[in-house]
Amino acid sequence: MYLQVNGAQTYCYTGGKAFDAAKPTVVFIHGVLNDHSVWILQTRYLANHGWNVLAVDLPGHCKSGGEAPSSVEEAADFIAALLDAAGVQTAALVGHSWGSLIALEAASRLKDRVNHLVLLGTAYPMKVSPALIEASLNEPLKALTMVNVFSRSTLAAPPSALGPGTWVYGSSMALGKRVLTSNPKVNVFHRGFVACDTYANGEQAVAAITCPVLFVLGAQDQMTQPKAAQGLIKTAQAAGKAVQVVSLPVGHHQMTETPDATLFAIRDFLGH
Amino acid sequence: MPGYSDPGFDTLALHAGATPDATGARAVPIHLTTSFVFESSDHAAALFNLERAGHVYSRISNPTNAVFEQRMAALEGGIGAISVASGQAALHLSIATLMGAGSHIVASTALYGGSQNLLHYTLRRFGIETTFVKPGDIDGWKAAVRPNTRLLFGETVGNPGLDVLDIPTVAQIAHEAKVPLLVDSTLTTPYLIKPFEHGADLIYHSATKFLSGHGTVIGGVVVDGGSFDWDASGKFPELTEPYDGFHGMTFSEESTVGAFLLRARREGLRDFGACLSPHSAWLILQGLETLSLRMERHMSNTEKVVQFLASHPLVSRVGHPLLESHPSHALAQKLLKHGAKGAGAVFSFDIKGSREQGKAFIEALKIFSHLANVGDCRSLVIHPASTTHFRMSDEALAGAGIGPGTIRLSIGLEDPDDLIDDLKRALKAAEKAGNL
Repeated sequence: MYLQVNGAQTYCYTGGKAFDAAKPTVVFIHGVLNDHSVWILQTRYLANHGWNVLAVDLPGHCKSGGEAPSSVEEAADFIAALLDAAGVQTAALVGHSWGSLIALEAASRLKDRVNHLVLLGTAYPMKVSPALIEASLNEPLKALTMVNVFSRSTLAAPPSALGPGTWVYGSSMALGKRVLTSNPKVNVFHRGFVACDTYANGEQAVAAITCPVLFVLGAQDQMTQPKAAQGLIKTAQAAGKAVQVVSLPVGHHQMTETPDATLFAIRDFLGH
Repeated sequence: MPGYSDPGFDTLALHAGATPDATGARAVPIHLTTSFVFESSDHAAALFNLERAGHVYSRISNPTNAVFEQRMAALEGGIGAISVASGQAALHLSIATLMGAGSHIVASTALYGGSQNLLHYTLRRFGIETTFVKPGDIDGWKAAVRPNTRLLFGETVGNPGLDVLDIPTVAQIAHEAKVPLLVDSTLTTPYLIKPFEHGADLIYHSATKFLSGHGTVIGGVVVDGGSFDWDASGKFPELTEPYDGFHGMTFSEESTVGAFLLRARREGLRDFGACLSPHSAWLILQGLETLSLRMERHMSNTEKVVQFLASHPLVSRVGHPLLESHPSHALAQKLLKHGAKGAGAVFSFDIKGSREQGKAFIEALKIFSHLANVGDCRSLVIHPASTTHFRMSDEALAGAGIGPGTIRLSIGLEDPDDLIDDLKRALKAAEKAGNL
């Protein structure tokens, strides 16, 4: 469905079910060069099991208009505006990679309006190598290949998003190209990477959240290695937050490389 | 540099889509089962409703078939694939997913006879019309596009004249018309050309041929490059509007890049039912694992046979782009991964003389098998005008580059000297038949 957020048409996938503000809501936030479709299985399941799902295309990405966010903070403000536009008072936030930082920052700002926070494929700081940032600007297809190589852990993913017969590496490549070309004004690849690289409020943000937080990490993740999330996990624990950590035997794209385990981790956490 | 995380062609041909399961079996197991047990009622509902991924019923998907599908998608650089009962089933599934009555296709004249039949006769009965244009007639492709055109279609190298399709140019015409380009890459396989890299949107293969490679199985596969933007086109409500036949799903919302595959599997396999047997998928996988080795030998043998035939006095024409005289020589050099020899191992030639001499030639062959197939590890021969293309009019035959005396060869993996000896002996027999 489309919502008007900050004056721009904003697309939210609702998991194949009509939006119902009376149900508990989960907002899914994608990463760099992704869109709502990376969550297809998890969102359809939750939407058919009592949840209200809003899997957003971030501004300037694919079906959403508006200016692509230049920073994690700007994107977090958008998430707050999205909840207002949808008439949602409280929601769970689920973010992947860049989307995990956006979810974290939004949760810290929205306080009690966020009842669960799920961070998949996260790291803090989420530094991106200068070479990759430069390539995302000047050789985006080369950079896209690098990202997909770093994000994969297997040549034989189980039946995944779209179902049997899906080649998840090729699917991610095609989606990245589509998202990149969906915005003719801004290189959302480069802008997203710079936003990840420059985000500096992670420790303060995790200390400020008021809800339980689940970290879902890929044991073989080369994009956001599990060790790069440990500082954030320890900060959250030290601040007395309710912290859960799930390690999945996959790479960076947990939603497609192990869709069921990712779903169950989210589902079980939300059910608490 | 290819490595474990960015594998090269041969590694993908052996490993993509497969990993040892709980039994430890190293080869891909054959899952000969109709159905798959649900873990619970919730699991069953979730599978049917596309909330979880998995197998339900082997007409829709099967673990062995899924390995073949993932492997083909990996080798072609696509997002996924659907295996089907034959190459013809792959063509039909592609078309039936994209359009219905009142639609129009622009297709190359240089097609396999079965494809020509489907487009020219059968689909017309269902309200889908096709305009045929010569593959090299770029203005013809443009002129044939109508408002109701939904697909441009050709073979990477036309059967059997080996007209190389100018994929970048025809793809551009298709995309300007906001429709996809589908190519049949059966004769080239992903080892000789990667059509997605040149602008094609959908690829299908008769896996019966070089992919399986041993003349043991009938199968097909369609691969989606994930590049065509169905929403932006606005011409494919089948993919961009809710479909009452499957949960009211709007396929292009569910998957930004995979709408075609979603509908093709959820509707096409479900309703038309042209599924591939898991045993057949396994046989094709056996062939796929040695594809590059076989294609190299096919190419080198073909090069030697072409050279022999081109210099033989009883041969008036050899239709392979290896020869500079072939109209597609330059395009083959430009588009095919191995240059003109990458036009493959199926080609035709004309014998000087009568139909009787042609018949004598075929009947004198001892190593070449006279049968209706190509892409076998064994060398094959056929007379297209009286067999594979016999339903076509003389005009359509000429459009496909086939004359009454044209002989089609599919060069196998035998010792090349033995193949040349066999041809030499048969040409002698043809010469004698002309003296009778």
